[in-house]
Amino acid sequence: MPSRIRTVIAALAVILAVLGESPAQAGPLKKASLIPQWEPQAQFAGYYVAKAKGFYEKRGVDMDILRGGPSSPPSKLLAEGKALFGTMFLATAVMERSKDLALVNLAQVMRGSTFLLVARKSSAINRPGDFNGKRVSLWGKEFSLQAEEFFKNAGVQVERLPQGFTVDLFLRGGVDVVSAMYYNEYHVLLNSGLDPEDLTLFPLRDYGLDYPEDGIYCLNSTFKADPELCSAVADASLEGWRYAFEHPEEALDIVMGHVEAARLPTNRMHQKWMLERLREAMLPTAGRQGPGPLLAGEFEAVARTLAKAGLLQKPVSFEEFHVPAR
Amino acid sequence: MSRQDRQFQGRGLGFKLSLLILTCTTAIFLAAFAYSHYSSKQTLMKEAGADAANLTLASIRKIEATLASVEEVPGFLAFTYGKGTPTPLAIKQDLTGFVLFNRAVFGACVAYAPHAYYAGTRLFAPYAYKKDGRLEYTHLGEEYGYPNADWFLIPSKLERPLWSEPYFDEGGGGAVMCTYSVPFHRDEDGRRRMLGVVTADISLEWLRELVGHISIFRSGYAFLLSRNGVFVSHPKDAYIMRESVFSLAEQAASPELRRIGQDMIQGGSGFVRLPEFVLGKPAWISYAPVRNAGWSMGVVIPEDELFEDLDRLKRQVVGIGLGGFVLLLLVIILVSTSITRPLKNLAGRTAEIAKGNLDIPLPESRSGDEVGQLSRSFEEMRLALREYIANLTETTKAKERMESELKIARTIQMSFLPKRFPPFPDIRQFELHAALDPALEVGGDLFDFFLLEDGRLLFLVGDVSGKGVPAALFMAVTKTLVKGIAELEDTPAAILDRVSRELLVDNEAMLFVTMFLGILDYNTGQLTYSNAGHNPPVLLRGGRADWLPMPRGLFLGVMEEAVYRNMTITLEQDDRLVVYTDGVTEAVDESGELYSNQRLLDVVSGLSAQGAKQMSEALVESVGRFAGSAPQADDITVLTIHYLGGGPASTSAQPKGEDE
Repeated sequence: MPSRIRTVIAALAVILAVLGESPAQAGPLKKASLIPQWEPQAQFAGYYVAKAKGFYEKRGVDMDILRGGPSSPPSKLLAEGKALFGTMFLATAVMERSKDLALVNLAQVMRGSTFLLVARKSSAINRPGDFNGKRVSLWGKEFSLQAEEFFKNAGVQVERLPQGFTVDLFLRGGVDVVSAMYYNEYHVLLNSGLDPEDLTLFPLRDYGLDYPEDGIYCLNSTFKADPELCSAVADASLEGWRYAFEHPEEALDIVMGHVEAARLPTNRMHQKWMLERLREAMLPTAGRQGPGPLLAGEFEAVARTLAKAGLLQKPVSFEEFHVPAR
Repeated sequence: MSRQDRQFQGRGLGFKLSLLILTCTTAIFLAAFAYSHYSSKQTLMKEAGADAANLTLASIRKIEATLASVEEVPGFLAFTYGKGTPTPLAIKQDLTGFVLFNRAVFGACVAYAPHAYYAGTRLFAPYAYKKDGRLEYTHLGEEYGYPNADWFLIPSKLERPLWSEPYFDEGGGGAVMCTYSVPFHRDEDGRRRMLGVVTADISLEWLRELVGHISIFRSGYAFLLSRNGVFVSHPKDAYIMRESVFSLAEQAASPELRRIGQDMIQGGSGFVRLPEFVLGKPAWISYAPVRNAGWSMGVVIPEDELFEDLDRLKRQVVGIGLGGFVLLLLVIILVSTSITRPLKNLAGRTAEIAKGNLDIPLPESRSGDEVGQLSRSFEEMRLALREYIANLTETTKAKERMESELKIARTIQMSFLPKRFPPFPDIRQFELHAALDPALEVGGDLFDFFLLEDGRLLFLVGDVSGKGVPAALFMAVTKTLVKGIAELEDTPAAILDRVSRELLVDNEAMLFVTMFLGILDYNTGQLTYSNAGHNPPVLLRGGRADWLPMPRGLFLGVMEEAVYRNMTITLEQDDRLVVYTDGVTEAVDESGELYSNQRLLDVVSGLSAQGAKQMSEALVESVGRFAGSAPQADDITVLTIHYLGGGPASTSAQPKGEDE
């Protein structure tokens, strides 16, 4: 394990070198705010850690991390100017961009997909074909994009139900299949007394739907106005991630502080699981880089799928969407 | 043998006894105690299980009753609102009345599905709740996003009433709560249209107080789990809503707790042992489902409280056992000491006795047991030994004395006998030789010879009665008397008569002596002799041995009236006269047979060619051969005179020779 951690650190160091360190600001700190796309949890450990450890401040940024949640989508807060920065799935951001929200990707943090469809063994859903006619709970549009592609590829018709903040509808038997992030809902299922052998997992990356997830975004206007601020935020965030993986217990302490402030029904063990899974997902592998600038290939795959699904109002180009590496 | 065994062997009887008895007793006690503890624990466990189950069920009834009271009004309102759309005022009255009058209810809401209240309004959800003891009334709107809230979404989709998982109602009641939602609907054009849900919230803080009032033993507690295993109620505030039984199990890596949790949320009930980390000490959990909410109640009871009675009993039994152990130890020490002290005493005394100190008395034991018997036996042995040793000492002394007396006697006897042979080398007429083989005890034999005037030889062989020094002295006296009297008297009879008379004087010891006394005129060969009760000598003449004729005569020193007579023969050339004592003829061989007179005659005949010296020695030797290993009882004396013939030539050599 330590060697893998060292690999991650080395990779992050390389990325940081590529992005370039912003010199510490001598003047007054620049006000900035970041809105994570969900409730406080270890999914955003890097940002909470970067703030807590002063990595933003070090780069001249007075960062305010806003309380995320279903009622505070980053796209909305960015559009309304209530936040300067936000995290989003790549697909979400591309769709928003096509809807004239001029988002630019500052860094891609999660380069792969951790999205799962989970069924109980007892419901006898063993192959994509078995989904036909089953009740599936799905999140809002962009979060269900992969699932919809999956159903289309499998040629099945499913009964769609909205999925709220929890997996309780699935647990109560209201649906046969539940959407889950491997690092979050899957563990919630396990910690609701279900054993792994009770469940059938469909990781969508195994079905050619390995869409990049979390990235850091801001409006193009923000980037144009202060590119130094943007790169400082990206650098500090990635340093936060690096630190969180190096000091998982300290990172968990920081995350739990935010969790408790939000009075969320979660616990440290769950956040610990989440942080560990995130580290696995962010770890560079043979076929995948670590966190860093968005790659053209990643973008094209998602954009093409969205276009085919008719989810893009107008085409989005990689050039306008990403911030070139410095 | 191991070192321990050797150590054990080296210990005293008392130690071994104590060790063995105490070991056995301890083993028996422990076995009995373990069995009793085990069986009473089994029994108590059953009872405790039943008690805990009853306690759990009673607590559950309380919770269920409370929840049921909360469930009533939403059910009624849902039914009513399904029939016809109420006015906002009616809803307000319903909700505020409900929240006000049911103390268990924290808040109540009627949440319509989007556009379901009336077409112009997307969301309509009036909500009444308690805040700081006052009633608040508000509407949940877009900001809250209730259509995606579990309490709305899940019952709507499931189309049945449901208690939610615990959650923090942000933007609503602002409290950690569980919500009971009853969906209501209306049939429109033959289709069921989902209208919304009527909810009732209970504050988990309030629920915690309710559950907290259930007292379970001393420090036991009750908790509630949601369907997902999340803590709805727990004494630890931080657990509520956040932790679940499974997160605790994961944290402690305890599959055991996970299994308990799974059984609990599946509506199982049971009484099982909890993993120790939960309470930090052994504890048990009794659990059963809270049916209406789909929850599960667990009652945690520390084992020490559950088995308090058993523990008290255990302490008492152990106390009694220890007391008994100490008592037993004391008794054993007492008993073993009372046995071993006399034994030790005895051992000490007998060790002294073994060193030879027989005068040390053995401890008196009045007891009739084996130790007493042993003690008495030792005492008898000691006394017998002492007596024996005393006797032995006496005997040894006497023997030593006797031996020394005998030595003296022998010295006396031997010192009086002539020792020079041949005695008269210048005299050619005869040869004389005498041999005396003394017995171990002085026999009192004597012989003597000396020359008288006129070419005469006086010779004698005697045997004193009695033994020892008196006999030796008597012999010396006799010999001296003979020597002295021979100067005065001429004939053997006269000499014997006079010697006898002299011996009679002061013969208090009543000793006497036999004697053959002869006077040989060696020039003529005439032998005059007399006898005082002695054995007849053997005359060997011409190769033939025969008894010398003897006059009668009594022993010397017996009677004054004794009469001795002379006899005379004339020895011829080469005659041999053998004078001996009864030590020869009365010698016995190993089978107890006597040497006998006849054997003497035969032996002497066989020695006809021998000189005096050879004859004497051969005869003594023949007696020794005959006796073999039989002890010699008496002195053996042989005196032989070999007469070689008279002649004047030989007399000239005689110093005192006077031919008259």
